[in-house]
Amino acid sequence: MTIQEVKFYQVGSRAVGNRLLSEDLRTEQANENRTNALNSGHRACQGCGEALAARYVLDTAMDAADGQLAVVNATGCLEVFSTPYPESSWQVPWLHSLFANAASVASGLAAGLRTSGRGDVRVLAQGGDGGTVDIGLACLSGMFERNDDVFYVCYDNEAYMNTGVQRSGATPPAARTATTEAVGPEPGNRFGIGKDLPRIAMAHEIPYVATATVAELHDLEAKVRHAMSLRGARYLHVLVPCPLGWGSAPADTVRIARLAQRSGLFPLFEAEHGTVTSVVPIRGRVPVEEYLRLQRRYAHLFAAAGDADRQAATLRAVQAIADRNIARYAIPVEEL
Amino acid sequence: MRSQIEGSRAIAQAIARCRPQVVPAYPITPQTHIVEALGAMVKSGALAGCEFITVESEFAAMSAAIGASAAGARAYTATASQGLLYMAEALFNASGLGLPIVMTVANRAIGAPINIWNDQSDSMSMRDCGWVQLYAQDNQDAVALHVIAFRLAQELSVPVMVCVDGFVLTHAVEAIDVPGAEIVDAFLPPMSARQRVDPSDPVAIGAMVGPEAFTEVRFLTDADLRRAAHVFPAQASEYLRLSGYHVGEVSKYRLDTASTVVVTLGSVSGTVREALDDMDGDIGLLTLTMYRPFPAAVVRSALAHASQVIVLERAFSPGAPEGPVTADVRTALAGTGADIKTVVAGLGGRAVTRSALHAMLATALAGELPAVSFLDLRADVVERELARREAGVAT
Amino acid sequence: MNKPFAITLDVKSSLANHTGTWRSERPVYVDGLPPCTHACPAGEQVQAWLYAAEDGSYEQAWRRLVNDNPFPAVMGRVCYHPCETACNRADLDTAVGINSVERFLGDEAIRQGWRLPQPGAATGRRILVVGAGPCGLAAAYRLRRLGHAVTIREAGSTAGGMMRHGIPTFRLPRDVLDAEINRLLELGITLELGARVDNLAEEMRAGEFDAALLAMGAPLSKRAYIPAAQSARIIDALGLLADVAAGERPQLGRTVAVYGGGNTAMDVARTARRLGAEEALIVYRRTRAQMPANDIEVEEAEAEGVRMTWLSTIAGVVGDTLTIEKMRLDDDGKPQPTGEFEELHADSVVLALGQDVDRGVLATLPGIAITDGVVEVGAEMMTSVAGVFAAGDLAPSVRSVTVAIGQGNAAARGIDGWLRSIGSSAPKPTAPSSAVPVAFGQLNPWYFSDAPHVVRPRLDTARRTDDFAEVVGGLDADTALYEARRCMSCGNCFGCDNCFGVCPDNAIHKVAEGHGYAVDYDYCKGCGLCASECPCGAIVMEPEET
Repeated sequence: MTIQEVKFYQVGSRAVGNRLLSEDLRTEQANENRTNALNSGHRACQGCGEALAARYVLDTAMDAADGQLAVVNATGCLEVFSTPYPESSWQVPWLHSLFANAASVASGLAAGLRTSGRGDVRVLAQGGDGGTVDIGLACLSGMFERNDDVFYVCYDNEAYMNTGVQRSGATPPAARTATTEAVGPEPGNRFGIGKDLPRIAMAHEIPYVATATVAELHDLEAKVRHAMSLRGARYLHVLVPCPLGWGSAPADTVRIARLAQRSGLFPLFEAEHGTVTSVVPIRGRVPVEEYLRLQRRYAHLFAAAGDADRQAATLRAVQAIADRNIARYAIPVEEL
Repeated sequence: MRSQIEGSRAIAQAIARCRPQVVPAYPITPQTHIVEALGAMVKSGALAGCEFITVESEFAAMSAAIGASAAGARAYTATASQGLLYMAEALFNASGLGLPIVMTVANRAIGAPINIWNDQSDSMSMRDCGWVQLYAQDNQDAVALHVIAFRLAQELSVPVMVCVDGFVLTHAVEAIDVPGAEIVDAFLPPMSARQRVDPSDPVAIGAMVGPEAFTEVRFLTDADLRRAAHVFPAQASEYLRLSGYHVGEVSKYRLDTASTVVVTLGSVSGTVREALDDMDGDIGLLTLTMYRPFPAAVVRSALAHASQVIVLERAFSPGAPEGPVTADVRTALAGTGADIKTVVAGLGGRAVTRSALHAMLATALAGELPAVSFLDLRADVVERELARREAGVAT
Repeated sequence: MNKPFAITLDVKSSLANHTGTWRSERPVYVDGLPPCTHACPAGEQVQAWLYAAEDGSYEQAWRRLVNDNPFPAVMGRVCYHPCETACNRADLDTAVGINSVERFLGDEAIRQGWRLPQPGAATGRRILVVGAGPCGLAAAYRLRRLGHAVTIREAGSTAGGMMRHGIPTFRLPRDVLDAEINRLLELGITLELGARVDNLAEEMRAGEFDAALLAMGAPLSKRAYIPAAQSARIIDALGLLADVAAGERPQLGRTVAVYGGGNTAMDVARTARRLGAEEALIVYRRTRAQMPANDIEVEEAEAEGVRMTWLSTIAGVVGDTLTIEKMRLDDDGKPQPTGEFEELHADSVVLALGQDVDRGVLATLPGIAITDGVVEVGAEMMTSVAGVFAAGDLAPSVRSVTVAIGQGNAAARGIDGWLRSIGSSAPKPTAPSSAVPVAFGQLNPWYFSDAPHVVRPRLDTARRTDDFAEVVGGLDADTALYEARRCMSCGNCFGCDNCFGVCPDNAIHKVAEGHGYAVDYDYCKGCGLCASECPCGAIVMEPEET
């Protein structure tokens, strides 16, 4: 995918829109006529990253598909806060079945649409990290392996948030959750465990795998559009901060996602058929601490009463993860 | 068209006549020949307009069927035993969403211990999942029930499982008349769904329903299911008219006068009839084809003359006071004073023999049949093992 | 579709749930005070005209600008741009080149022949403005637009004041100055040149003027006692500059010493070089850090080869010999004589020691209060004499063209306000501005790209000192646009759509009026993401009223 060099405008190409930019260079979110796939009135927490990401992804997908889109949603926060009878915030055709089966339902939906003569309707499946990397992994892997024509989007807030912030296979090391409390000799989630779903997806050699965050909207939309231009199994992994579960300020959701990427802990890249094809440079690299300090789930790493040696060792270990990511993906680092 | 054909393949042909659009399939003994046959038909082009999806588990199979059905497409799958349990969550989901999926259950025992042979533990364990349950007595029955099942599902917006005794029917090669396309097309209208995923009319299917409305939703699901009581007979009549083949919610044999009646489901009813033909005595047979919704009124009226009812169960729930079908029959006969007994027979593929049936029925006629008994139980084995348990002896 | 009860829900059904009740604080769009606007002595709405310039609407930008200051082409050449000093962009890369853009707009207006806004309905009031310098002209412009009849009486033969007489042509070409003055006069302002006002009260009665503005500036050079023989060539700076402005080319000799450390001293030194001096030497009694001249002026002078000697006072001049006494700073930072002397050669010595007010006309105004050599004025620029106002170098002020214009604006507002309230003892005070300028910390600078300041082209040094041609060139349209677009629009929405895009609850909508966005308080949960991601700090969170 090529990135166009945009002539300098007041806010460059980072803001949602810009009156000085031609409309084709603005994001879909800048469009007054965007679908608003997830409309007002939903019960997500203040500052919910997942609610924001879902609208970002689906509005773009709807635009790319000319409105011919159907969405399958796994059980989780997104599903629960958006469809409590009698209120639904969805403005797109939407189907919720179970926790583990969004990918399979989507495969079946796609086949059902094709055999009903509506193969023009595109299918998008979405779920949280729990429903994707843990309980939903078998179905997801099956969908990948068959190269079913489904675009799967995982909104990763790094724990089972809907049920009260329990650890998932996507919970990062040292993070506090309700099942990995910040107590005992190894507070928070253990090191050396956890699943890297984007790499698992790449191992299936599916047509398209990408990562994105709610902080880089232009990048996220470009990736959604590219995914929608392809057929077959596609996967997008979006980092979505959760103010409640991460213990962060609602107003900081975008900022934290940005710091995750700038620290190297959440690399932004694309891959096709198992090979990385693009990487987003880090603009203004930050030490992991700058990202971690904003989240109370890491407060035990900075508490004055804590074991300073252990805290320092843990921070070094987290920093090492970030360093490794930057090396592994050869992420260029630019001045701010 | 009548031919010598294996039961599974006849079923596959019947399915194919019904123009399924999406068939997700995961193999499990003894259903495999059904899905293999369908797979070959799709791959060769013989079954056009259908996608055959080799999924990675039964849970995925039912999930894909849910997706396909939600698209408004005709969806079908088959499973048995462990596979049925593995998709249990999805079964409830399909009926809860009101999706007209049809599935064959090739009845097989449930482990542990693992056992690939026939009994009805699997479908019995799922009798609460909100699906219509139809039990085939023989392969001709199976063929007819599958064709009717698609129309029944579509009419009720309720999923339907057709239970076919594994190996006994699925792998039996016999003369079966599979209705031709002209009969099936005349009987089964094109697929149309009550609701579907559609960009031109977007809705959110699968909301979270709280205490204030859940009871009503369940009540309505039950009401939808119960409509089978009159829809099924009407459809069966039409099928009879078109094909010449008769099915009903129940089959009656010598019930006009019998005071002792055996009640059963599935292929064992053929053996029971043969056993009855060998015997004198006033014994009749009621075979249930429709088990869910339970046709209580029909059962009550069929058993009007019975004073002793022996329910021949093909499944058993450990710790239950009696067999599952027995309990439903007892409810249907409440107040009639009939004496109702459970006889558990043929678990895990144990052959149900005429001689065993004769012996059991003789005991019944003598009034000595216990409330619950196991046909053909190897008493020596169980006594020995019970004694060992008592003594706490290590092996 | 025959939708099953409760399982299937319709679109828009969630709109019944007014999540706005969750809030404990709410986002509010503000019009913050940009630091550039706050810093501009002339009262320009700097961010506002930059905003208009950003999409190439130069005439619109110019009109916004001249709403407050009719001299953008002049400003772009002589203003010391405190706006740039205050500019928050300096904390990101470098300050926006506001001054360059202002010059571009001013020059473009002259090129395109844009006219100033026409006066409003006639009020029937007559106002006398004494002095046609930047203060008087600016005041006249504003008063005329308000519909008053304005007469300017200028003692000299040309209008412009220090703009013409005090600033050399290599900083401010005369055609530019003339264009802006003449354009202003088109509004129907009566300008009487060579009309020195001696008795103000008399002239007000005779001319039936309802109010007067004293804007004669401080045209007199300050004196210092320097023992000098008859043979010494000692010239006063203002006089020199005025002569040069009038077209004369006085011969100052090869070496010129300029006594003083202000902007005038710099102008004189640079002028001296152009008049043929090989060497121009600034003699200043304190240090470089303490000298009042603007940094830019000092740099320009040094680039042109002007030398400077610090901590030096002139003890005496005999012929072409200058005796300098070295000074040192005492503990209070005040220069003290050291008793060490040095002799330098200087063909001329120019005194640039500051300016004084001409008190002549003031003497005819009984009761006018004068303190420290300037006329005392109230908040609305009225003197102690009712109906007589004073502004510019004449009043307490930091002396520059820009400040003079700002004071002229203030005086015009004061006069207008007073005229409306005639009968009351004092003009109604305008509401004090309590707004604090937007600080860098209130912005979200992530959204702005690095884009260092565009530097204006300059003449090469060698060429520069040969002639009086303008030294600093202007921006062209592309680079002016580029520069304007570096503005971060501090505290003022510039339509980036971030708020519209970043609300997880779709509670911000685009509207045609106002700021262009409106918060739907029925659904806004008060998360604060909009405020946090607003690049320019135009959204603040306020506590929800209980």
